[in-house]
Amino acid sequence: MENEKTVKEQLEERDADTSTPSNDGTKIVFTGDEIASGMDILPGFGTYRNGEKIYSKYVGLIRTGDRVVSVIPLKGVYMPRVRDYIIAEITGVTFSNWTCNINSPYDAAMSPMDVREYIDRGEDISKYYTTGDLLLVKVTAVTKSKYINVGTKDPRCRKLVDGLVANIAPSKVPRLIGKAGSMINMIKDRTGCMISVGQNGLVWLRGEKETIAADCIKIVDEFAHTSGLTDRVSEYLDKKIGKVNPAAIQTESEETAGDGSNE
Amino acid sequence: MKANKEYILEMLKASKRLDGRALDEMRPIKIEIGISENAEGSARVTIGDTVVLAGVKMATAEPYSDSPDKGVMTTSAEFMPCASHKFEGGRPGEVEVELARVVDRGIRGSECLDFEKLCITPGEKVWLSFLDILVLDHDGNLIDAAGIAAAAAFLDAKFPALDSEGKVDRSVPLTDKKLPMAGIPLAITVRKINGVLMLDTTEAEEEAVGARVTITTKDNGNITSIQMGGIGGFTDAEISEAAKITEKTAKKLRDGAFKKAF
Amino acid sequence: MSEKKSGKRPDGRAYNDMRPVKMQVGVLKHANGSAYVEFGKTHVYASVHGPKKVHPRHMEDGEKAILRCRYNMIPFSVNDRKRPGYDRRSVEIAKVISEALQPMVFLEEFPKSAIDIDLEITQADAGTRVAALTAASLALADAGIPMRDLVAAVAAGRANGEILLDLTKEEEDAKDAVDMPVAMTHRDNKVMLLQMDGDMSREDLNQMLIVAKEGCAELAKMQKAALREKYKVE
Repeated sequence: MENEKTVKEQLEERDADTSTPSNDGTKIVFTGDEIASGMDILPGFGTYRNGEKIYSKYVGLIRTGDRVVSVIPLKGVYMPRVRDYIIAEITGVTFSNWTCNINSPYDAAMSPMDVREYIDRGEDISKYYTTGDLLLVKVTAVTKSKYINVGTKDPRCRKLVDGLVANIAPSKVPRLIGKAGSMINMIKDRTGCMISVGQNGLVWLRGEKETIAADCIKIVDEFAHTSGLTDRVSEYLDKKIGKVNPAAIQTESEETAGDGSNE
Repeated sequence: MKANKEYILEMLKASKRLDGRALDEMRPIKIEIGISENAEGSARVTIGDTVVLAGVKMATAEPYSDSPDKGVMTTSAEFMPCASHKFEGGRPGEVEVELARVVDRGIRGSECLDFEKLCITPGEKVWLSFLDILVLDHDGNLIDAAGIAAAAAFLDAKFPALDSEGKVDRSVPLTDKKLPMAGIPLAITVRKINGVLMLDTTEAEEEAVGARVTITTKDNGNITSIQMGGIGGFTDAEISEAAKITEKTAKKLRDGAFKKAF
Repeated sequence: MSEKKSGKRPDGRAYNDMRPVKMQVGVLKHANGSAYVEFGKTHVYASVHGPKKVHPRHMEDGEKAILRCRYNMIPFSVNDRKRPGYDRRSVEIAKVISEALQPMVFLEEFPKSAIDIDLEITQADAGTRVAALTAASLALADAGIPMRDLVAAVAAGRANGEILLDLTKEEEDAKDAVDMPVAMTHRDNKVMLLQMDGDMSREDLNQMLIVAKEGCAELAKMQKAALREKYKVE
């Protein structure tokens, strides 16, 4: 399933250096706070060292591993990283490439070489993707000065047709996915929506109850730093669409799987 | 984002909105008055996530030669860069100028503010009132928010004292005398898409929805100012319907949010 | 220096008391980060947009983000209406605030981008630039911009022969008044902004730095509390 894999990757790639949160993920530190001391501890993401001491760069949640301490910011823009799956909107087409808005300070470029389709030399590439199209793409290259390339060759990439796009702070995407996909699968199952989560904080939703799913994402965004997040979202879903109806979930989730998974 | 624009339009076909409101339903409105000690009158209006400030400052000046016994009002509007990443600050653009003009004409046309009572010595000295409107947070429906804030600021305003030379004396507090503002002129904007009329649009909705008409009514329900804008146009029946909706909405505001604030 | 002689000043404050301070984080929905700060009757909104693309493009720096600041007093923030738009004073204040904050921000993490700070003084009663800088620092943290440390700012000064913290307009109008805005980092009390016009001794300067340091330390606590308040778990 699409999002189970995302979770695994989330855990492996993003949180490789951060083991379980110290205090159910709810310990907040502030910009400039001293969070660790000693040369045997390494400053991870969101921290910096000054002499013996390690300080936080952000208002965020502290994560301590065996040797590494990191801070996950509660807000901030998306900074592209190679192998991220993100949602991109095509904003421009030229003879030789597409320009995409990726909800970041930087635009991404997509070359005809990096898309799944075979495109002949000199062909009008706007036949394939054009302005306003929404795509789930993979980041293929990021240079030091932030030139970004994306592509659709990965089997999971696809065009996203119709639907609604919701926003969440990129740093909170792992909370939206949840442990082993628990959060996102609950939202999918209960609302019957197809959902694609981009690591750039854009979330594509399609189904009968998109606006309810969008509200759930808003809740995760707002309360990501609290414990009991799953209960909070679950209660909201109970209120909006009533308790679970197993029959409905069965059919809907099959549809979701059919569309969402290319494996 | 194009996908969301199309989504909003698709929903509107079924008379539904992204935030679940009815088409003629306003977001929660809050009016706070007297928010600035250095203004003669001031108000902060919050409609959903839209926040607008309005302030009235008074000065004395010579009257215009064609209206020697009338005071003067000037209105400016500024969209603060903090309100949206789209606003850059600096010289007012055409949207800001239109907003200021619509609010200004709404107040003038309603004759709620008695310009003759703003005369000090006919032909020599009159009150000059500056109305400043500042958009602090932009989530759509700026004209209505600005109009409400302007009316509230004028209702809140008191004359400053004059010194022996007839200039405004800032060393003493404001007098107890209220500005001659009788009634509440209210500009309400109706937007239209695919033949559907809607009130109090959010910024996302305004990106999708083109044509609008702003109708100002005074307390007795009479229309005192109309401004059409955006791209699209209305049928005559739609204009009539818009007038009905705006009158009803303005009345609701006078009886609701304004009563609460004053 | 810490014992407080109360009742000395027109509003009953001791020489090293701040006016009542209010701080709120995340007050504007459409900015990446925002804060509202009151120092007595001085009120300011700060917002941060970015990192974002740079317009106009020629201002872009390939190595790091540019930090731009606008300081603006709204027309009815002062007694005599201020004409809207830029003036030289606003431009200068924006520059010194932006320079005070630049060393705090890891600008190199965002090449080719801009971080825009907008400071709107909605009511002015002295100390606008220090209240604005205190708010700007909060707004940057709220926007999730990586920073080395936060900055707090307050004015120290002298009126009627007394060294004072956080002067009001009334106190600034004293004949011998000296006003010295100071910004300091939370951890090391590193001075990031310092301005003064007037006539004072070196002893005055040293005394003012002492009260300013106390004031900044107090403000730093309030800044942390304001950030904590936003993420309070009910």
